[in-house]
Amino acid sequence: MANFSVVGQSVYRSDANPKVTGRALHVGNIEMPGMLHVAVLRSPYPHARILRIDKSKAEALAGVAVVLTGADIAKMPGVDPHFGPAFRDQPMLAVDRVCHVGDPVVAVAAADQRTAEDALQLVEIDYEALPAIFDVLDAVKKDSPLVHEQHRPAKAFADLAHVKAGEQSNICYQFKLRVGDVDKAFAEADRIFDDIFTSPPAQHVPMEPHVTLAYLDEHDRLNVWTASQSPSYVRTELAATFGIPMHRIRVRVPYLGGGYGAKLYAKLEPLVTALALTTKRPVRYALTREEEFLTITKHKVVTKIKTAIKNGAITARKCEVYWDTGAYAEIGPRIGHKSGYTSAGPYKIPNVWIDSYCVYTNKVPAGAFRGFGVPQVIWAYDSQTDMIARALGADPVEFRLKPALDEGEKFATGTVVRSFGIKEAIHQAAQAIEWSKPKQPQSGAKRRGRGIAAGVKAVLTPSISGAIVILNADGTANVLSSTVEMGQGSETTMSQIVAEELGITADRVHIVQPDTDVTPYDTITAGSRSTYHMGNAVRLAAAKVKAQLCEVVAAKLEVDPDDLAAGKGRIYVRGLEERGMTVGEIFLAKFGSLGTTLAAEAVCQPTAAHMDPETGQSEKCTEYWFPSATAAEVEVDSETGQVKVLQLFSVGDTGTAINPRHCEQQLQGAALMHLGLTMFEEMIFDQGQLTNGSLLDYQVVSIKDMPQLVRPIVVQVPHEDGPFGAKGAGETGALTVAPAIANAIEDAVGVRIRDLPITPEKVLRALAEKNGLTVSKG
Amino acid sequence: MKREIQLRLNQREVSLVIDDADTLLEILRERFKLWSVREACGVSACGSCTVLLDGAPVSACLLLAARAAGHEVLTLEGLSDGDSLHPIQQAWVEERALQCAYCTPGFVLSVKALLAENADPSDDEIRDYLAGNLCRCAGYADILRAVRAAQEKIKLATTAR
Repeated sequence: MANFSVVGQSVYRSDANPKVTGRALHVGNIEMPGMLHVAVLRSPYPHARILRIDKSKAEALAGVAVVLTGADIAKMPGVDPHFGPAFRDQPMLAVDRVCHVGDPVVAVAAADQRTAEDALQLVEIDYEALPAIFDVLDAVKKDSPLVHEQHRPAKAFADLAHVKAGEQSNICYQFKLRVGDVDKAFAEADRIFDDIFTSPPAQHVPMEPHVTLAYLDEHDRLNVWTASQSPSYVRTELAATFGIPMHRIRVRVPYLGGGYGAKLYAKLEPLVTALALTTKRPVRYALTREEEFLTITKHKVVTKIKTAIKNGAITARKCEVYWDTGAYAEIGPRIGHKSGYTSAGPYKIPNVWIDSYCVYTNKVPAGAFRGFGVPQVIWAYDSQTDMIARALGADPVEFRLKPALDEGEKFATGTVVRSFGIKEAIHQAAQAIEWSKPKQPQSGAKRRGRGIAAGVKAVLTPSISGAIVILNADGTANVLSSTVEMGQGSETTMSQIVAEELGITADRVHIVQPDTDVTPYDTITAGSRSTYHMGNAVRLAAAKVKAQLCEVVAAKLEVDPDDLAAGKGRIYVRGLEERGMTVGEIFLAKFGSLGTTLAAEAVCQPTAAHMDPETGQSEKCTEYWFPSATAAEVEVDSETGQVKVLQLFSVGDTGTAINPRHCEQQLQGAALMHLGLTMFEEMIFDQGQLTNGSLLDYQVVSIKDMPQLVRPIVVQVPHEDGPFGAKGAGETGALTVAPAIANAIEDAVGVRIRDLPITPEKVLRALAEKNGLTVSKG
Repeated sequence: MKREIQLRLNQREVSLVIDDADTLLEILRERFKLWSVREACGVSACGSCTVLLDGAPVSACLLLAARAAGHEVLTLEGLSDGDSLHPIQQAWVEERALQCAYCTPGFVLSVKALLAENADPSDDEIRDYLAGNLCRCAGYADILRAVRAAQEKIKLATTAR
């Protein structure tokens, strides 16, 4: 590996001080003179027609500035009352119809929060209930009630250009992959494994709930401060929805109190904009935790997976994946596509058939969640792969290693994989848990077991990141980037990359927070894409700045620019460090003054090759891959069904680690977060009503749930086009936690759990069934 | 009903008129602009709004402001002297016990109370004490290490005196 001075160093976080003193700016801290506060009345019905809304009493309440309905928004000239990243199907406020419990119906903006809430009590609404659909498998049936009669594509993203207006169906998107002859392989198989796995809806629970502030400035330009992972998209969406020219919209994003996918695309921004435009006053809307649960979820997924075995090897795999995307498609189609095409696993399988369906139901919309749907499909394919290995009497590690793809081999999509450290990840996981050591003989109620899981995620492709690097005369730099710092450490990473390129230290680089007036376009801060895409953009921009410096030095010292290098704040002749110039000297030579700056812009825009809509085949479906493996040791109490995770090793191939300590932190955090999603997190719906939508009823992982031993293991297979070989790390640790634990449970007590979360009740029932006992339901 | 109360807030005597329905969180944020006190669940289940009331951790989201009358309230803003970080904050930075850091103020104050009550807690005691503070980035291993580092720093500072 090349010799780097800043890259590869675990420098401290550049945002540590403001965060540890509580001074970090969040949208909730921003106050404006005359600012209004918002409360929203939400639907109590999963599906109903709105017959009448009487808001007159609410409007008469002192302190109320406006009481807004969907019908009011529909009457605003030039305004599209619907928005959405894949389909424009989501109303800011319900127009005519509500589609899930919690759907926003009436919004009040008032002088203070209590007045806004009081006003909601005075609004009268009559509904007429309509037939509703809750189960994703019922929703795909021909005679199912329809959630939406029409599907209107949004055309906001290049990778979703193929999304089409739907027919009379709840399926809003279908992805197909066909390789070889699956039917023939099943007919010739020695054994066939046919299983169904489910993964429940869950909530991101960012500690900072969604919050947005909008106002018109002295030019009547729309200004939006918002807790969003996608400022560029928010501006585009507001421009399209309200018919405002883009230069008259400014979107700014300060530090986020967590995102995990919840704060992607548009959420509160359209509604808060409508309120600010109507009242001509600053308006801030901060969700309560209970509203957060009604705003966005992780997709519930049902996967039917059937695998053929011939001579001990997998010869065919057929996957039917059903994504329950709720009442609005949100980004479900992208998830159904990008995650759908990985659902047979990172293996050489000659015959593959995948159908991935994104399906409307009358429930809270589902969108991106750390891992972007891939944890749900790996839950199915890795659990089943482990079951097959055990049923065949094969070693589960060897059974995965043998068919695992090597560098240069083809994924199920026909794309040749590169920087693909899946085997290395499996090896590392096996080594960490001492897989080769024989299992200790066990007795008593508490039994221990070990499990390994492996899987892979592909990065969203195509996507775009732009950046501008501005070098100051004192050799410090400002970087304009729309990547959002939400805890992942992107400010530190970008500082390190720019510092490495310019030959300065990371603390001499300041990353300007996203502001669409000044920071260039970036697709999204999500999907583990920023280190690679924005990292490349800032590196290229810094390199362009450096090239300008070198030009001056080359002329001055009469040397070839190619013989120059940057380091310690200087540009010098490689090998002759004393022969060179400081940035200040270069500025004086070039400009005759120190009162200036040197800037350059660069864009990173990886492209994907066309994907055949009938076969899912593509020369290049993704720019790069995230191989992941997890090893777990559990102790199962066979008398209570309690599962205790004793050890958890999270292995991820991140490419070159720009900041190794922060890569470890991402792997470990993602793994511990998904420990909760594996063991107990689940949003429970009863006839479309969420029954556990508060932090009193919905449990997330606490420090008490952390296993005694947790260790992240960073595998670094450099990517030839990544910045200094880097890829990304945000989601990799999330991908394989659930199957590793389920596999360890089977190893411990011989039962297989197919439905997440793995509650003690499910384990106990499975044990009872194994022992031939019948257990009553409920 | 409105009433006037006095309390000691971040080492300063303050007096203000409150409404009986005001929570301590509302007062600290809206009246004193102490933004480190953050509402994240509203039901005293997550620890993001933790402040110290006479040295003991409480959830400001569920405590009525009137209950703080005559008591001493400490928020993160009052923890250090303003020039240098408190040893717990230093440990938080060095052990990288923060990512999005929305939970950090609550954690740091809980740890201050923990180490004041128990200068040498076991791992289990730390886990029990901090079970009411949630970190969704799940940096719990870093947090555990930071508590240990803070403990050492405080011990050293005490011995040096």
